[in-house]
Amino acid sequence: MRGYLGIDVGSVSTNIVFLSERGEVCEAVYLRTRGQPIRALQEGLGELRRRLPAEVSVLGVGATGSGRYLAGLVTGADVIKNEITSHAVAASTLVPGVQTVIEIGGQDSKLIILRGGIVADFAMNTVCAAGTGSFLDQQAARLGIPIEDFGRLALQSSAPVRIAGRCAVFAESDMIHKQQMGYSLADILAGLCEALVRNYLNNVGKGKEILPPVVFQGGVAANAGMKRAFEKALGMEVIVPPYYHVMGAVGAALLAREKMAARRPSKFKGFGVTEARFQAAGFECGGCPNACEVVELREGGEVLARWGDRCGRWSSSLGLQNVG
Amino acid sequence: MKVTFPHMGHLWVSVAAMLQYLGVEVVVPPPTTKRTLTLGSRYAPEFACLPLKLNLGNFIEARELGADTILMAGGCGPCRFGYYAQVEHAILEDLGYRYRLVVMEPPQRHAGELLAKIKYITGHRSWLEVARAIWFGFQKARLLDELERRAHYLRPREVRRGSTDRAFGEALKIVAAVRHPRDMAKAAEQAHRIMSEVAFDAYRPVLRVGIVGEIFTLLEPFANYDLERKLGHMGVEVDRSIYLSEWINDHLLFGLAGGRRTRKAACRAAAPYLNHFVGGHGQETVGSAALYAAQGYDGVIQLMPFTCMPEIVAASILPKLKAELGIPVLTIVVDEHSGEAGLITRLESFVDLLHGRKGVEG
Repeated sequence: MRGYLGIDVGSVSTNIVFLSERGEVCEAVYLRTRGQPIRALQEGLGELRRRLPAEVSVLGVGATGSGRYLAGLVTGADVIKNEITSHAVAASTLVPGVQTVIEIGGQDSKLIILRGGIVADFAMNTVCAAGTGSFLDQQAARLGIPIEDFGRLALQSSAPVRIAGRCAVFAESDMIHKQQMGYSLADILAGLCEALVRNYLNNVGKGKEILPPVVFQGGVAANAGMKRAFEKALGMEVIVPPYYHVMGAVGAALLAREKMAARRPSKFKGFGVTEARFQAAGFECGGCPNACEVVELREGGEVLARWGDRCGRWSSSLGLQNVG
Repeated sequence: MKVTFPHMGHLWVSVAAMLQYLGVEVVVPPPTTKRTLTLGSRYAPEFACLPLKLNLGNFIEARELGADTILMAGGCGPCRFGYYAQVEHAILEDLGYRYRLVVMEPPQRHAGELLAKIKYITGHRSWLEVARAIWFGFQKARLLDELERRAHYLRPREVRRGSTDRAFGEALKIVAAVRHPRDMAKAAEQAHRIMSEVAFDAYRPVLRVGIVGEIFTLLEPFANYDLERKLGHMGVEVDRSIYLSEWINDHLLFGLAGGRRTRKAACRAAAPYLNHFVGGHGQETVGSAALYAAQGYDGVIQLMPFTCMPEIVAASILPKLKAELGIPVLTIVVDEHSGEAGLITRLESFVDLLHGRKGVEG
C-alpha cells in the first residue's frame, strides 16, 4: 500500500491522515495535543502505523497547523504549508465547486473565500477567541454535559435564548444569568451557538461575500447546533464534509501528493521517529534588549533547528532554513 | 542641551545629521526593542495606538542616556498624533523624567511661532545654515530610500539568503557615519557599491506587493514585525506607499526636491473611492492601493496600528476598490499584543493566494 501522510499539529488537536495515491482517506487519527506537540505527533504516528498494513510505503509528507514547522522537522516533511491553503485545498477537492469555507478549530477560526477553485480572500480571527472550540468545550464542561452531546441537545431547542456573544467571559456570565432565570438547557445551548455564529460573522466574516456552496469544517463542525445556527444566519445550506475534523491534514497530504508528482524521493524519516528522542527547549538570548525567546530542537544530542530570534543570530548559525 | 527624538525606521539618520551639522548635541534613543515596548506600554493609556507606546519607550530609554530635550512633530489634524507630544510629555513628567519639549508643528497664528522653536534648538546658527542642515538630512533620507528600494528588489532574488540584509546593514552604517554634506557623494558611491555586490538571479519569478497604510507602522520595522524582510524571503518584491524622503519633500520642502510620487497623486487616485481628507494617511492608503492596482501589482497589504481611525476608514473602503479593480488586499493590524506566528500564517496564506491567482491568469 502506497500513499501520502498529512499532519496537522494544531493548538488543541493533532491530526494525521494517510491518503491513498488516488487521494482517498484510508486512515485518520485525531488526538489532543495537550500542549505537547512532539509527543502527540509521535503517539499519532504510532497509532496510524498500527492501523496500516505492514508493507505500507510513504511517498510524501505534508505538515500544517500552528505546529507545522516543528512537525516538519520531526518527521521530515516534503511540504510545510499554512492552514489556510491546506484547508482550501482539502475543501475544494472533497466538495468541488465550494465557494466558502468556514473553519472553526480549537483556538482560531478562519473564513476562506474561493472563486473558480482558487482562494480569492481569507480572514482569521484576531484578538478574540470567543467563537472557537475551546470556549464551547469549557462551557460544556461547566454545564456538566459531554461535548459530544452539545449539538444534539442544542437541536432540541425550539426557542433559542439570546446570549451576549461578543466576549467569552461576558457570554458565560450571561449564560449563568439565563440559567438562573430558568430557561431550559437546550434553549441556552442553542442560544450560545447562535451567539457564536453572530460573533464569527461579525468579526471574521466582515466585508466578505459568503456564497454557496458553504462548507463547514474543523472540530467544531461536529456540533450540529453550530451547523444549524450557521444555516439559520446565512439562509443557506451548510455542508459538513466527511473527515471535517481532519481537513487540514487531508489538505497537507494532498499538497504533498502534488509536490511529489515528479516522483522525487520523500524526505520522510520513517515511522521510526515515534521511538526517537526529541527535546525542545527554550532560552532567552542576551544579545540585545529584544531578549528573544529562542527555541532549540534536538534529536538525541544533535541540534536540528533553532527559531524565535528576530535577527537570525541563532537560527542562521546552523546553516539550516530559518523557520520564522 | 541634549536633544532626543522618537524612532521611526531610519528617521534617526536624517534628524541626527541635521542637528549634529548645526552643532546640537544629540542622543539617539537605543534601537527600539522589546524593552522599549514593555516600558512604553506599561505607562501609556491602554487604548492609545502603538506609536505612542513606542515613542514613550524611546524617550525613557533616551533619558537613561542623558537626553534632556525632546524634539517632536505635532500638528492638529483629525489623527490623535497631533496631541501625542503633549500627552507623552505629561506622562514622562508624572514619572519624574524631566524633559524640555519642543514641538514642531504648523503655526497657529504666524510663522514666527515655528521659527522661534527652531531657534530654540539651533541657537545662534544662521537661517542659511539651518536650511543647509535640512537639505543634508533630506539627502541622507533620499539615499537611504534608494538603497532600501534596491534591497526590496534584491531580497526575493538573492542567491544567498540573508546577503541583502547584511549588505543593507553595512550601507546604512556608512550613510549614518557621514558628518558633512561634502562627504555625501563618496558615501553614496560606497553604499551603492556594497549593494551591487549582492549576487542575485534576475530571472527568478517573484510576486510584487504594494504596502500601504499608516506612516509609523510602515516605516518602523519593529512595529510591523519586519514585514518587508519576511515578504522578501517569501519571494515577494515589495514597494511601500510612503518613503521618508518623499514625506519630507511633501511636508517640509513643499515638493521642491521633485520626486517620483507625491501625496497629491495618491489623493487624485483615491478620488473615485474617497474624495476627502480623513486624517492621518487614510486618503493616501486608498489612493496608493488604486495606483498599485493600476501598475499591475499582484496584491496590496494595508498596515495600521490597532485603533487607528484614519486607517479604519480606509479599511472599510478598500473592499469596494478590491472588487472593482480585482486586486487582493490584506489588512494587518498591529499592537503590543500581536502574535508573530499569526502574522506569518497570514502572510504565507496571502502569498499562496497571489500565486494561485497568477497561476490561473498566466
